[in-house]
Amino acid sequence: MLVALWGASLLVFVVLNVLPGSPAQVILGTQATPQSVRQLTIQLGLNKSLVRQYLDWIGGLVHGDLGVSYISHLSIGSQIAQALSVTGPLVLFALVIGLAIGLPLGFAGALRNGRFSGSLIGGLSQIGMAVPSVVAGLILIIVLTVKLHVFPTSGFPGWSDPLQALRALVLPAFSLGLVEGAILSRYVRASILEQLRSDYLRTARSKGLRVGQALRRHGFRNAAIPLVTVLGLELASLVVGAIVVENVFALPGLGLLLLDSVNNRDLITVQDTAMLVAGTVLVLNLLVDLSYRLLDPRLKGSS
Amino acid sequence: MSLLEVRNLNVSSGALSLVGDVNFEVDAGERVGLIGESGSGKSLTALAIMGLLGEGLSASGEVRFDNEDLLAASERRRCELRGSRIAMIFQEPMSALNPTRRIGDQVGETLRIHQNFSRRASEKAAIELLARVEFAEPERYARMYPHELSGGQRQRAMIASAISCDPEVILADEPTTALDVTVQRRVLDLLDRLVDEEGCALLLIAHDLAVVSEVCDRVVTMYGGHVVESGSVAQIIDEPHHPYTKALLATSRALSVTESASGADLPSIPGTVPSAGQFPRGCPFRDRCDRSVEACVEMPPTLTEDTRTLACWNPVERVERVSDGAR
Amino acid sequence: MSDLAAGTTGRGALDDLAALDASAARDTRAWRRWLRNPNSLIGGVIVLLVVASALTSLFWTPYNPLAVDPAHALAGPSLHHLLGTDEYGRDVFSRLMASSQIALFVGALSVLIATVIGIPAGLLAAQRPGAIGQVVLRLADILYGFPALLAAIVLAAAFGASKTTVVLAIGISYIPVFIRVTRSNALVVLNSEYVLAARAYGRRPLAILRRHVVPNIATTIIAQMSLLFSLTVLAEAALDFLGLGTAAPAASWGTMLQSSQNYLGNDALLTVWPSLAIVICVLGFSLLGDGIGELRDARSRH
Repeated sequence: MLVALWGASLLVFVVLNVLPGSPAQVILGTQATPQSVRQLTIQLGLNKSLVRQYLDWIGGLVHGDLGVSYISHLSIGSQIAQALSVTGPLVLFALVIGLAIGLPLGFAGALRNGRFSGSLIGGLSQIGMAVPSVVAGLILIIVLTVKLHVFPTSGFPGWSDPLQALRALVLPAFSLGLVEGAILSRYVRASILEQLRSDYLRTARSKGLRVGQALRRHGFRNAAIPLVTVLGLELASLVVGAIVVENVFALPGLGLLLLDSVNNRDLITVQDTAMLVAGTVLVLNLLVDLSYRLLDPRLKGSS
Repeated sequence: MSLLEVRNLNVSSGALSLVGDVNFEVDAGERVGLIGESGSGKSLTALAIMGLLGEGLSASGEVRFDNEDLLAASERRRCELRGSRIAMIFQEPMSALNPTRRIGDQVGETLRIHQNFSRRASEKAAIELLARVEFAEPERYARMYPHELSGGQRQRAMIASAISCDPEVILADEPTTALDVTVQRRVLDLLDRLVDEEGCALLLIAHDLAVVSEVCDRVVTMYGGHVVESGSVAQIIDEPHHPYTKALLATSRALSVTESASGADLPSIPGTVPSAGQFPRGCPFRDRCDRSVEACVEMPPTLTEDTRTLACWNPVERVERVSDGAR
Repeated sequence: MSDLAAGTTGRGALDDLAALDASAARDTRAWRRWLRNPNSLIGGVIVLLVVASALTSLFWTPYNPLAVDPAHALAGPSLHHLLGTDEYGRDVFSRLMASSQIALFVGALSVLIATVIGIPAGLLAAQRPGAIGQVVLRLADILYGFPALLAAIVLAAAFGASKTTVVLAIGISYIPVFIRVTRSNALVVLNSEYVLAARAYGRRPLAILRRHVVPNIATTIIAQMSLLFSLTVLAEAALDFLGLGTAAPAASWGTMLQSSQNYLGNDALLTVWPSLAIVICVLGFSLLGDGIGELRDARSRH
């Protein structure tokens, strides 16, 4: 795990620093004198060797010091914390919506497999999966904001008024959550179907349990094992998906921060934020692995 | 009136008939062997009796248990009977056990379902049951998961679960087929003994006549989804009338008495079992049968004679039977 | 996951069912099964349509997709402009057609990158489970930290956004997927009895890969390619929307969505058309992938 994190940091650093060219020059613009460029370069520590710069960066990350933006001169750490206060709730909100849609739909799809309603659910979720969250967001805006004036279009009022803040998150969360629900329902359906077809569920029924009871007593836990994996991976993809949706709704989260820094060539901010997102994804992957072992007795004791 | 009567049982998948007009009965305390190659519809028959056919399969006809038609009964009623009065043992003990639940939990489950045992009481009962199926340290095994047991141990645990509510009939679907040869005998003997002790009836599905002849009182031969012959073990073993039964018998004899096959080819049934829907019209066995005659394009009627039934236009003659016996 | 699932399918009555399946499919040729499976049929038709529209747009579109015509800006659908015009008076239908070119181009190239690196790496990891395999898997783990969008942002920050960074980003981010899929499927084959037999009579590892592993996992890989193609279309649209890919004025579904954002109130159709195009295209490739998978499953049951 640490190896993966380290590898990821190396990757981010190398890619962002391979290009020759001085960030100081970029920051000061073409009008700057060579004198002032050199001065800024030294001030930013950019005259040191790349290895040294990398070690400084990693050392800072480990100690929670993310450095200072080249452009805004603000602490990157506090900027990211600010952004997370938007992105975090957004992702969780979207996950809740996704589960609220995906679980019942998946169940119904599995239990009605082979019937018309089952196929209908399958078809709907297939279509839902093909909808990018951008499209979901734009359509929601057109219908609920432009036509019906139910929700604010964009922007974020801050958490000082939690109700307004939540209201601003509703549409973005649904843009992510609707699509997520479609994806989850497919996994839930497949997982429950596998349980319904399993020999041990038949055994449970041969003992006198009804299908529903047998599924509850024997199917749920086993179905949960692959679903936990999916959930972890989907959480990671929601974090990434949030980048797009925040741009549709102009939410000041990680996504907006990332894109703004890319556009401003604020490389150190990009470096930190990208590392944070990559780290989150990797940690989620690890958690998935661990929970897998916890849930499945067959894997207990194996490395 | 028998305990379990199967009357004109049909199992089909859509328009495709998989089991056709199966008739047989099992008396209280009787042991009946259901034999035939795989693909002959034995397992489907058992699952239809249990009401546990997979999706897309449907059963019609009558399955009378204690004079009650199970196929017409409500699902609630069937659940009351399953496990408590009719129990089933499956072929694959690995996949038939839930991999994430402990053995004791699964063995005692039937008691919790039907006799309102508390979790603690069922755990205790499970340990006693495991001891009855010859686990040396039942307390320890009760806490284990299926993957920690051997194939034979798993199947013994399945048997323990099946007998837990003193059922009146046990359906055992090839209970030893998936096991190592060395433990098949032990599991079979155990099943034999327990059925004896419980005094319950047994429907034993097998493709090996030797197994059936040892354990059972009566034999039902199935081929192509139809019952082709039935009778007492002695009748069927000594005097098979149907060419298919005779062929099955020849193959299992040859395997058990290998020294007699010195140099000679092992007898086998020509061809392979066709897929469902690919059986010939009329008698399903006629294209593999060395005695087929013109009449075989029609389905032979099932004739009953005393205690045995037969569906064949050209049954094995007495002379041949005698010469076979002399061999 | 597949290792665990493999143990749960039982035999017994399933024998009878397998026999049933065989009979249903015996007299059917491959293409008839293809047409009978609704997923592969619908998916195939959609993919063909998208490919046809992309190819046609290479030499013909109703209007030049870049031709500005301020006099007819934001016109609704009409006989002249089938789907109307955008804010510069450009023909929406022509732009949709031209966009399918880009979607397919980006999709094809990035899937190519992912497979050219991912499949051999996956085979290597399966064939050499020791140190080499572990290294491959660890490298794949690192790449897992970079979903397409994040990879594209990092690349865009370093090199400036372009079609190239999009292709690279999507391609690289799907490498680990192919490594895993190839490896796990190849392992199943490598642990099979017939490979053991082939080893026993002295086949070299490479020959085993060529004769046994590759043919056996090919369908799975192709199904996966089709599924990933659908994801590339989604990713490309998102990146273009964010301004990290194809730059204006060139037409792509993502850039069309981006510029439509300013007209959500007065001309919602400008959003609807590229949205529909994306959904249909993605649906086509994912249905096709599902269909190929189902056909493979049906065949392997015989």
